[in-house]
Amino acid sequence: MTALDEMQVKDGVDQDTVDAVAALSGTYKYGWNTEIEMDYAPKGVNTDIVKLISSKNNEPQWLLDWRLEAFARWENMSEPTWAMVDYPEIDFQDIYYYARPKSMAEKPKSLDDVDPKLLETYKKLGIPLKEQAILAGVEGAENMPAEGRKVAVDAVFDSVSVGTTFQKELAAAGVIFCSISEAIENHPELVKKYMGTVVPPSDNYYATLNSAVFSDGSFVYIPEGVRCPMELSTYFRINAENTGQFERTLIIAAKGSYVSYLEGCTAPKRDVAQLHAAVVEIIIEEDAEVKYSTVQNWYPGDENGVGGIYNFVTKRADCRGDRAKIMWTQVETGSAVTWKYPSCILRGDDSQGEFYSIAIANNMQQADTGTKMVHLGKRTKSRIVSKGISAGKAQNTYRGLVSMHPKAKESRNYTQCDSLLIGDKCGAHTVPYIEVKNNSSRVEHEATTSKVDDDQLFYCRSRGMDEEEAVALVVNGFCKEVLQALPMEFAMEAQALVAISLEGSVG
Amino acid sequence: MALAKLKSDATQARLAGLTLPEGLDVARKDALSRVSAMGLPHKRDEYWKYTDPISLTQADPIAAAVFHSDDSPLFAGVDSVKIVFVDGVFDADASDDLSCAGVEIDRLVDVAAADIHWATDLYGTSEARGQVPVARPLAALNTAFATDGVVIRATGKAAKPISLVYLHADEASDVMLHCVVRVEAGAEVTLLETGPAAARFNSVLEVDVAEGGAFHHVRAQGRDHERRAVTHCFARIASNGLFKSFTLTANGTMTRNECILELLGDDVVAHVAGACVGDGDDFHHDDTIFITHDGLRGESRQVFKKVLRNGAVGVFQGKILVKAGAQKTDGYQISQSLLLDGDSQFLAKPELEIYADDVICSHGSTSGAIDEDALFYMQSRGVGRKAATDLLTLAFLAEALEEIDNPALADDLRDRLDSWLARRS
Repeated sequence: MTALDEMQVKDGVDQDTVDAVAALSGTYKYGWNTEIEMDYAPKGVNTDIVKLISSKNNEPQWLLDWRLEAFARWENMSEPTWAMVDYPEIDFQDIYYYARPKSMAEKPKSLDDVDPKLLETYKKLGIPLKEQAILAGVEGAENMPAEGRKVAVDAVFDSVSVGTTFQKELAAAGVIFCSISEAIENHPELVKKYMGTVVPPSDNYYATLNSAVFSDGSFVYIPEGVRCPMELSTYFRINAENTGQFERTLIIAAKGSYVSYLEGCTAPKRDVAQLHAAVVEIIIEEDAEVKYSTVQNWYPGDENGVGGIYNFVTKRADCRGDRAKIMWTQVETGSAVTWKYPSCILRGDDSQGEFYSIAIANNMQQADTGTKMVHLGKRTKSRIVSKGISAGKAQNTYRGLVSMHPKAKESRNYTQCDSLLIGDKCGAHTVPYIEVKNNSSRVEHEATTSKVDDDQLFYCRSRGMDEEEAVALVVNGFCKEVLQALPMEFAMEAQALVAISLEGSVG
Repeated sequence: MALAKLKSDATQARLAGLTLPEGLDVARKDALSRVSAMGLPHKRDEYWKYTDPISLTQADPIAAAVFHSDDSPLFAGVDSVKIVFVDGVFDADASDDLSCAGVEIDRLVDVAAADIHWATDLYGTSEARGQVPVARPLAALNTAFATDGVVIRATGKAAKPISLVYLHADEASDVMLHCVVRVEAGAEVTLLETGPAAARFNSVLEVDVAEGGAFHHVRAQGRDHERRAVTHCFARIASNGLFKSFTLTANGTMTRNECILELLGDDVVAHVAGACVGDGDDFHHDDTIFITHDGLRGESRQVFKKVLRNGAVGVFQGKILVKAGAQKTDGYQISQSLLLDGDSQFLAKPELEIYADDVICSHGSTSGAIDEDALFYMQSRGVGRKAATDLLTLAFLAEALEEIDNPALADDLRDRLDSWLARRS
């Protein structure tokens, strides 16, 4: 099937109609493939592959040792089975762990040296790797007044970072934003000090594998007192076939700093499922604040569940200092299988964690996602708002932990998780863990499951909307709380995603 | 050591000291093979994450001192058919005659000895069904080795409640009792259970409610501080059936109450509720509930309240499973704890698993201290701090007690709670 968004549309045809048809046909918009020559490491994983990845990045001995230790540990671990997801066994020896465009053999010195094919890929995704004031990821943004907004982008293509924009301007503010491979070369002391301190290599099966074979990712350091002058963003693209993407992101917000970080992900349509096992570590010092937003739109597989990305990700933020703050916002629409629990360790007194999530699963998708709020410091606060939407034959699970430790006096948590089912062949599940070990803290958990409200639908229909429009509107209302927490760059995209994912679900 | 090996060793050690009682051979042998296959639970099992089962599974029970109280026995004023077991042994002298209009009552040992009995086919059936999707090995252990119990068949509206009184006299007693209740179409019966039963008590109750039948269950577990108990209630409820169960727990070192309900027919109403009050770091109380909706328009309610002080630990694991096709289900679940000091803990896992789209399922779980503003308000009106705290505590527990339909029974339990609080400073 030709992707409708690539077709020439004759004048006079309403663009909205084209969009609606494109959505109705179930086209995954980012499912095309970039024809580009690649270098691969041999298939499979063993100590030689770990050494090879390390040498490709010119890593110091300590990091290679760190990787090898993780690999040895991983070999004795077994895959977790507790999540409510079901997928065929993964053959970890049938995956390429390193794939790099041939043109990236020599690291380009600037964006001007990057292979035009790669630049074209990102342009087509709506993420131009140009240093211009633009809203990354927002369709039609180039026609909008930019109002001086800037977004720095780090683009990761399969196993390598293609380029990072605005590095000079950021450096002037003292901000380091680069690929993690560059950070290992240029700022080894920072990487050594922080990497693995939030998600240790022993953390879980996929994090341990990532620690052994991670190839690239983003690195952010915001120095003391600096408010990052622009949004930072990383755009992950899996392109090569049979390749796993294992990136590692490390964000350090020093005392009193602030950064808003955005993450987007897409992949081509393929019949064979592909693995994405990332680790994100965030360290937040005293009075610092990090806002981390994700629009996850990996290829979800077709309507029969063939292909798609297995998204097994470990994300964790450590609020080390007093009054540190982290806000996770995620819109999960893609991936065949999602296993992801962005977490907050609220160690500093008065630190705050927030988690806003919309997970939409359609067709045969399976999502098991949620968060952990670990309250260690006094007067720590957390809020969880999770909305799960299931359609088709999809299964959507919220799994979360709220833990109030004995010393976390006068802490507070509020959790609200709602599920919406569209159709009678899907499932919505809630698995919260609540552990309260002191009495001055308050924990409240609420959850409901309901179908789209008939009255609301009727009201919309009586105002002339067709059923699909009405469902999209009702569902958007349902998701509004989460969407409002997204930065401007994603809010518009997310609204569109909500509508698209639900098209075809009614009737 | 690998978990499987640990469990298999512990299971063999426990089984070594037990012999299968006479009768009900098929059910008992089946249950024994289930226990051997599953292995007894271990604290590393996900289902026992918050409760270490070791004192319930080890070969010998831990001794428990017998609790002496001058209070009159619970439900003493209720006209009932009283059946007394002392450390699991039937006490004929203390028990009433087992005949009662509307019900047939027999002891389990008589069923085991009989050639033909209605309860033979039911014994162990619901327990076996209840092993999926989550294993409950201690219930299968009970089916295999229970020495006695009662079987009740309600054929009409029972003239009186049936009251099982479990007395504890021997500090080292280790008791397994198993009861089976069959409520025929349109029939109705109330079952009362009171007392500690033993130093270690393993109890299974299987309930089968036919169309339009009604089953009421009110239980107060014994107040012996050192007693340990694991109980399972398995119920299957047919169309238009009613099932209501309430449990009060005061004291006891270890209590795990599991309730596994299957709403098989349409328009079933099933409520399960509990109130517990615990004082001291040797108090551990676990409510584990699993409700399966498999019919249309089913209504289920879970209401659990825990008051915890001086290091007491309360656990709630509740699950509502709505199967595909169980449309118009209305599931409600609330678990709340009141922590009266900084040392107590509340650990909860309120789960939903839903495969039908036209349903309402809500679950809430809260934990916190006594509301200081409410205390201040009452004190400013001349109510002492202690009295105000007790009053607020009783108010907190009220929602669970309201689940009891019979006001006389609810009043008895309320008085018991009142005096429990009054005895504490």
